[in-house]
Amino acid sequence: MKSFDYIIKDKIGIHARPAGMLAKAAKEFRSEIFIEKNGKRVSLAKLMQVMSLGVKCGDTVTVSAEGEDEDIASERIRELFSENL
Amino acid sequence: MRKYFGKGVYGAIAVGKISLFRKKETEVCRHGISDVESELTRLAKAKEKATAELSEIYERALREVGEDNASIFETHIMMLDDDDYNESIRNIIENRHVNAEYAVAVTAENFAGMFSSMEDSYMQGRAADVKDISSRLISCMSEEEAGDAMPTEESVICADDLAPSQTVLFDKEKVLAFVTCHGSRNSHTAILARNMNIPAVVGVGKEFLSEIKDGDTAFVDGYTGEVIINPDEETMKMMKEKQKNDLEKKELLKTLKGKENITLDGRKINIYANIGSVDHVGAALFNDAGGIGLFRSEFLYLERSDYPSEKTQFDAYKRVLECMGGRKVIIRTLDIGADKKADYFGLSHEENPAMGFRAIRICLERTDIFKTQLRALFRASAYGNLGIMFPMITSVREVERILEICDEVKKELSSEGTAYNAKTEIGIMIETPAAALISEKLARLVDFFSIGTNDLTQYTLAADRQNPLAEQFCDPHHEAVLRLIEMTAENAHKQGIWVGICGELASDTSLTREFLRMGIDELSVSPTYILKVREAVRNTDLSKE
Repeated sequence: MKSFDYIIKDKIGIHARPAGMLAKAAKEFRSEIFIEKNGKRVSLAKLMQVMSLGVKCGDTVTVSAEGEDEDIASERIRELFSENL
Repeated sequence: MRKYFGKGVYGAIAVGKISLFRKKETEVCRHGISDVESELTRLAKAKEKATAELSEIYERALREVGEDNASIFETHIMMLDDDDYNESIRNIIENRHVNAEYAVAVTAENFAGMFSSMEDSYMQGRAADVKDISSRLISCMSEEEAGDAMPTEESVICADDLAPSQTVLFDKEKVLAFVTCHGSRNSHTAILARNMNIPAVVGVGKEFLSEIKDGDTAFVDGYTGEVIINPDEETMKMMKEKQKNDLEKKELLKTLKGKENITLDGRKINIYANIGSVDHVGAALFNDAGGIGLFRSEFLYLERSDYPSEKTQFDAYKRVLECMGGRKVIIRTLDIGADKKADYFGLSHEENPAMGFRAIRICLERTDIFKTQLRALFRASAYGNLGIMFPMITSVREVERILEICDEVKKELSSEGTAYNAKTEIGIMIETPAAALISEKLARLVDFFSIGTNDLTQYTLAADRQNPLAEQFCDPHHEAVLRLIEMTAENAHKQGIWVGICGELASDTSLTREFLRMGIDELSVSPTYILKVREAVRNTDLSKE
């Protein structure tokens, strides 16, 4: 399993647009990708669940990928975070 | 005439006929089904259709409001494709053997409920998105051709609530304004209205719709959130005027915001704002003020029952300084007297308050009040670029006394270890003929002058500005007044200090050229005049007659 922590810098947090982008990206991999905040873990591919985490600016989230393509999946998602959030 | 208040979403003003927008009510009934498979097929077809519609709306929004705002519809498409959302609908159909419409409606309620119970107002706003995609999905299942009645002529659209997809589908040319009973500033509808530059007021209350009808006239003020239905003639005239000014100002903003205050031949001048409360800082910044040239501190004293504490004052001063970043903020100390008084000061009635016990005269006698204000001011000086200004000066002795008290206050703060900016500029108002005439001496004591033309005019011309009979004599263009201003400017520059004008005359663009010629360094005007004065400065060429 591959995982990384990320501190959100976007001032509205993980809002609809990046959540949608992340969900779309997560679906492209075979690995299961999760996002966790304060012990609550949801699938990154599920847009509404990700939004329901209510991730705000300054929050730390842990993203993990598990599966055959976990290395590239984790790298790609990390890129999306740093570009958009 | 009736008035309603909501939240103004986009600062603009509109007047026009109301067109009520009623969503086609798609009543969702629950009924049992036996063929689960065919119900799931209906659902899948509807989803396909809804997605296609949303793609079309997305394309349209892309053209009309730009990619950043159109992206909400892309998100809608993804929400419609969300695993949990779809699973919930499917489960309800399969387990409860009910029609797809009902399953969608129940799912929409649940998901919308989840978002509206979140703390974050942005997320609460997403509940509307869930409802929007769900009602689209439901209407895609019906046989009838969907589509809402669109206004055919220019109108103020009034609705219970508007979905983002509806907002963007309106013909921009036909919409003068949006008014909705519900909705928040953060809703996508609000955001879209802002980007379509359409005045909008949301959340005026649920009674609104039942109390208006098609064809009523509505005045919509997107700045204040005010909506007036069928205004009387006088109100209408005022509103039209307000709208006209607003449009002119917007035009100015477009061309002048961010530009320098510089004449054609290269002379620069500062244009600052006059404000009377912390709330006006926004207007000053919006209109591109280079600083605050006059912050009247009276608001802290008036309309209350006791003296404001050092902390109350400190908080207010600090806020203004912080909001203005490093820009200059000149705060004028208490300027009250028998004409503008607070009961708790216990001032006695005067026959001629303009020439009586007021402003600095009170402060130098009641040094306790004065020192409290100075302590608050110096403490706040650590948070920005502060200048302190004293009103109603008539003698050198007064200024010397003020400086002594300032030094006492600074010493106190130093010994307490409280931070303040030791280089805080100290200035005085030149608003009496006496101060103008001895300005050469006064200039040696302070860092700047600010000329208060309203009082300078009334004292120079012996014409009480409160007395209507004396109005004809109260002419600020009088040569005597202009000579005193010029004399003050010359004396200031001889001593190497700067001089500004903060009275109403500063915004009189027929004198801008004259002030520039005199070498005035700063004009401080009400926020709404800043850009007008900037325009006048930029059209002036001092090298030509």
